[in-house]
Amino acid sequence: MSGFEPVIGVEIHVQLSTRTKMFCGCELSFGDPPNVHTCPVCLAHPGVLPVVNEEAVRRALMIGLALGCEIAPRSIFHRKNYFYPDLPKAYQVSQFDIPICGRGEFVAIREDGSELRVGITRAHLEEDAAKLTHLGGRRAGAEESVVDFNRGGTPLVEIVTEPDLRSASDAVTFLRQLRQTLLFLGVSDCSMEEGSMRADANVSIRPVGSHEFGTKTELKNMNSFRFLERGMDAEIARQEGILRDGGRVSQETVHYEPETGHITSLRSKEESHDYRYFPEPDLVPVAPDPAWVDELRANLPELPLSLRRRMVDDMGLSAEDALVLTESPELVAYFMEAAALADPKACANWIRGELRAQLRDAGTEPWESKVTPAHVAALVDLLAAGTVSVPAAKEVLAGMIETGDQPAAVVEAKGLAQMDESDLAAVIAAIVESNPDQAQQLRDGKDKVMGFFVGQAMKQTGGRADPQAVQKLVRELVLGS
Amino acid sequence: MIDENTVRHVARLARLRLEPEEEKVMQEELSGILEHIDAIRSMDLDGVPPTTHVLALENVLRADVPRPSLPREEALREADDVVDESFGVPRMD
Ligand SMILES: [Zn+2]
Repeated sequence: MSGFEPVIGVEIHVQLSTRTKMFCGCELSFGDPPNVHTCPVCLAHPGVLPVVNEEAVRRALMIGLALGCEIAPRSIFHRKNYFYPDLPKAYQVSQFDIPICGRGEFVAIREDGSELRVGITRAHLEEDAAKLTHLGGRRAGAEESVVDFNRGGTPLVEIVTEPDLRSASDAVTFLRQLRQTLLFLGVSDCSMEEGSMRADANVSIRPVGSHEFGTKTELKNMNSFRFLERGMDAEIARQEGILRDGGRVSQETVHYEPETGHITSLRSKEESHDYRYFPEPDLVPVAPDPAWVDELRANLPELPLSLRRRMVDDMGLSAEDALVLTESPELVAYFMEAAALADPKACANWIRGELRAQLRDAGTEPWESKVTPAHVAALVDLLAAGTVSVPAAKEVLAGMIETGDQPAAVVEAKGLAQMDESDLAAVIAAIVESNPDQAQQLRDGKDKVMGFFVGQAMKQTGGRADPQAVQKLVRELVLGS
Repeated sequence: MIDENTVRHVARLARLRLEPEEEKVMQEELSGILEHIDAIRSMDLDGVPPTTHVLALENVLRADVPRPSLPREEALREADDVVDESFGVPRMD
């Protein structure tokens, strides 16, 4: 039986972290008591007029520029009409046929270093709906829901991709790196848990080799990339099952239940997609001054893709190192500062490896710790100069985390400087002499026993021996080579 | 002339309940409006940009500066039903 190929496109809603809402001066908030950030505009009282938040336009343009989108010389707002209690005007102000950002492309890098190119269809500005919570029958007989308008009117950018993705794993790779890019731009908090970044996936499958698209379903709003990936895989499997049984996939909105792994169909209301878009008469067009757009383009921060390429091509890092180190703007800045002072590859290893591992227990990040990038670089230099062994350096790092001291000071205080070779040779000779059985095993070709000698040497020197040197000395002494 | 089903569909989207005789009236009035659009369509409009706004204005923008919001009591004053400091609405899920 021939295989199927998934075809996936995603839609991402990003809440912009402006100070005020899209069309009124109410402050944005998260976690405040309900309905304390409202006004006649965002409550849709009669006769009010919306006014566009300039900062939201600026951020939408930055997103468009970062995604290589064509910037519309003149874009307009539309009304998207539907009735729902979280939408007080009975329409959402959005953009339709002339979005502020048109076609673009995003390049993500897979873990194996290969490029994943994803076409961007558009990125447009709109306003968020309010928060609707179902209460259940808490009051006698009353089944009702309640609306909190604090969130209503928050600026959103909706990014829509082409159906260019061919697996759930690629889709999540793209989403994670898009999120990183948005974080580097500083336009949004991009928190999946708090809902400031939400992703929907359009999923269909087709026989491998086919160029037609199958019927797609829309997988709604998962609050983590992990669940989204599982959800897409579950939906792909469900569609394959239907097609293999000779059935047909119906176009619908589906939901993935992380607890059970099941896909359920959301009752989609009849006519729900008849939004009757028409131009918003209350808002005039946005025509960004080309000089403004040029200025924004020139001032974009260096983005993860460029940073990753530079790390791999110029600094000798692996694709995976580069992925990990571009996780956040803070981590990049931290690494770059260290890498400017010492061997970049060694700095990368220590920062992403031991430093983060040791800090994880304390629940802090490198840039929040007492260890400065310069201190990491100094530690890397001490290792390169052979002043400390790798196990000792880990201990030095623990001391640095605790005290914030220079590594050299920690080495001194803890007596962790590496032994010189003649002192070490004496220690090794004693170990070999008192463990003849193990020495014989080594002669018999049981290389595993080398671990025993290294362990003994570390124990007896308090970690001040270089494991490489220990192995070399043991080999010379026992095998004569 | 648009058909009755279209009238009912549009009415349902607008949450309007129409009596049969009102449907007839709407059918005629909506058809009249669409005929007017057809009259515009019959003209040669190549090169005429679509009008998206009647005002010759662009870029009416507001600085991102907070302004006071309404006190909650005032925001909720017109609500049909107030539950948990929020607007109570019929069950939605
Ligand atoms: Zn407001």
